Amino acid sequence: MTTTLPRNYTIQDLEDKAVDIRKNLCTFIYRIGVAGHLGGELSMVDMAVALYYKYMNFDPKNPKDPNRDRLILSKGHCGEVLYTIFQDLGMYSFDYMVDHFESLDTYVFGMHPNRKKVPGIEASTGSLGHGMSLATGLALGARMAKENWRTYCIIGDGELHEGSNWEAFMTAGHYQLGNLVAIIDKNGLAMTGTIDEINTLDPLDEKMKAFGWDVIEIDGNNMSEVCKALESLPPSDSQIRRRPICIISNTVKGKGVDFMENVVGWHAGQLNEEKWKEALESIEKTRKVR
Amino acid sequence: MSAVDVTLNFDQILSSAREVYGAELRKMADEGLDFAFVCADNVAKSSTTGKFMEAYPERCVNVGIAEANQVGVAAGLALSGKVVFAQVFGPFLPLRAADQIHTDIAYNDLPVRLIGTHAGVTSGGGPTHNVIADLAFYRAVPNLTIVSPADANQCARVVRESMDYPGPMIIRIARGAEPDVYADNNYEFKIGKAITINEGKDLTLIGTGSSVHWCLMAAKELEKSGIHARVIDMHTIKPFDKEAVLNAARETGCVVTVEDHSVNGGLGGQVAEIIAESGIPAKFKRLGLPDEFAILGDVPEVYKYYGLYPVGIANSVRELLKK
Repeated sequence: MTTTLPRNYTIQDLEDKAVDIRKNLCTFIYRIGVAGHLGGELSMVDMAVALYYKYMNFDPKNPKDPNRDRLILSKGHCGEVLYTIFQDLGMYSFDYMVDHFESLDTYVFGMHPNRKKVPGIEASTGSLGHGMSLATGLALGARMAKENWRTYCIIGDGELHEGSNWEAFMTAGHYQLGNLVAIIDKNGLAMTGTIDEINTLDPLDEKMKAFGWDVIEIDGNNMSEVCKALESLPPSDSQIRRRPICIISNTVKGKGVDFMENVVGWHAGQLNEEKWKEALESIEKTRKVR
Repeated sequence: MSAVDVTLNFDQILSSAREVYGAELRKMADEGLDFAFVCADNVAKSSTTGKFMEAYPERCVNVGIAEANQVGVAAGLALSGKVVFAQVFGPFLPLRAADQIHTDIAYNDLPVRLIGTHAGVTSGGGPTHNVIADLAFYRAVPNLTIVSPADANQCARVVRESMDYPGPMIIRIARGAEPDVYADNNYEFKIGKAITINEGKDLTLIGTGSSVHWCLMAAKELEKSGIHARVIDMHTIKPFDKEAVLNAARETGCVVTVEDHSVNGGLGGQVAEIIAESGIPAKFKRLGLPDEFAILGDVPEVYKYYGLYPVGIANSVRELLKK
């Protein structure tokens, strides 16, 4: 481990951090003045915070460290969560992030992340259903190189309607990539309705098991459960063949902002000043009084 | 007849690009070059590539019949730091894996070499297995280098040279054995630089991939009627050697493109754009597969049906010159 991150974050620290990140995310969306995919971004914040602040080998001062763990954000429309976390980790200032958002020839940040622009982004994503193949290739690459970093892939549940995910799940299961962890952010909503009314995924756990994966199912908005799941992962050993692990992370779309939670219309949206202030107040209320 | 420093092969010596490049991969691995290989249940165990896979199983991945996943996995391997070769079955590279080529390979700008087999109608088997629209798509995708080797040995050179070439690359090859254009490897080859393999003043024939040999034989046919054709091996479709086209238009006044691809959007489209934008007055014709799903038949007969053989090309040239 070469990371310089403090690894002694408690669950309470991470819960507070998730509150901060949710607020920063809303402030970012308010300040750039364009629609962000807030629903799916807010649902995955707890998992992303636990990974980047505690469980992943990720050094914000050396994001190209060859020994780092890799995270592929397959649900690329939620890139602003990662930008906000990287900002909080000191990789750049908040103003820099705002000033360089889709700013023509000075652009660094966009609605969908570009690995060649943003340090820490492993792959340029945005077209759904691509991340699992990329992550599978990375995990195979680690095995070929006899290196033990781990590959994580965060996928949306609506995204699982794309068939290429299942091709990759099959391959990862076949090659028994124990150094690969798929995290399904299962918030139950897609762009125009619920997953159940659009194209049923359940029983998702049984499907994943049938594809050769071990499954851990958690409440992905409960930091204790998130931490317990990530702590339960066996050490990443690329040479050992065992079933890859899928964390089904049951979440709430729009988590933390009362007027967004479970509202299909908040798949994506803009925040005016009034809504932004309302969102911050709502998120702050979720902070646990200690 | 040849004005440049190449020894041409006018005999029908056939070589399979797949077999020759597979042997080259094996040599490269034996020499210690580090790369990975991905296939999709499309490499015969008895082929040279199959034997390479048997010798180096730890660097090879077979994902089964799933080309979108194949290209995505190749991109992931490249993200881990490897140069990656992937042999993809004909039409399923540009059609099934279009999004993965565009986004995972090109936008991510990764050193993946996608070797698309069964170019044109060489597969037989009808339109589901023909590769007629790939160049039109690839040409419009930023970051891609597109190489269409004239023969098997040139393909092996491209494969080797690609180890040190930046960014992603498409290598377009035919299904089986095709005539050798070059008698040896003693000629200068540079990705992006066209080769004038035959000098002539009356017109220029530009070919790419298998059609280079057709052009060469058509030029020989045209000699019989006193017509001297320049022949260009346009092995790289992107970055495209514009100067070679401009010189051809300026110096010979007549340009004919010949390709194993739809006449729309491929080599002919590229050359047409260059000539039209240059303002150089020149006669021009695109020869290739017409805008229809190809008829079915014995493969050489299908090409003959569409005029894509030396005598057919020579006839088209004579008609154009009369106009």
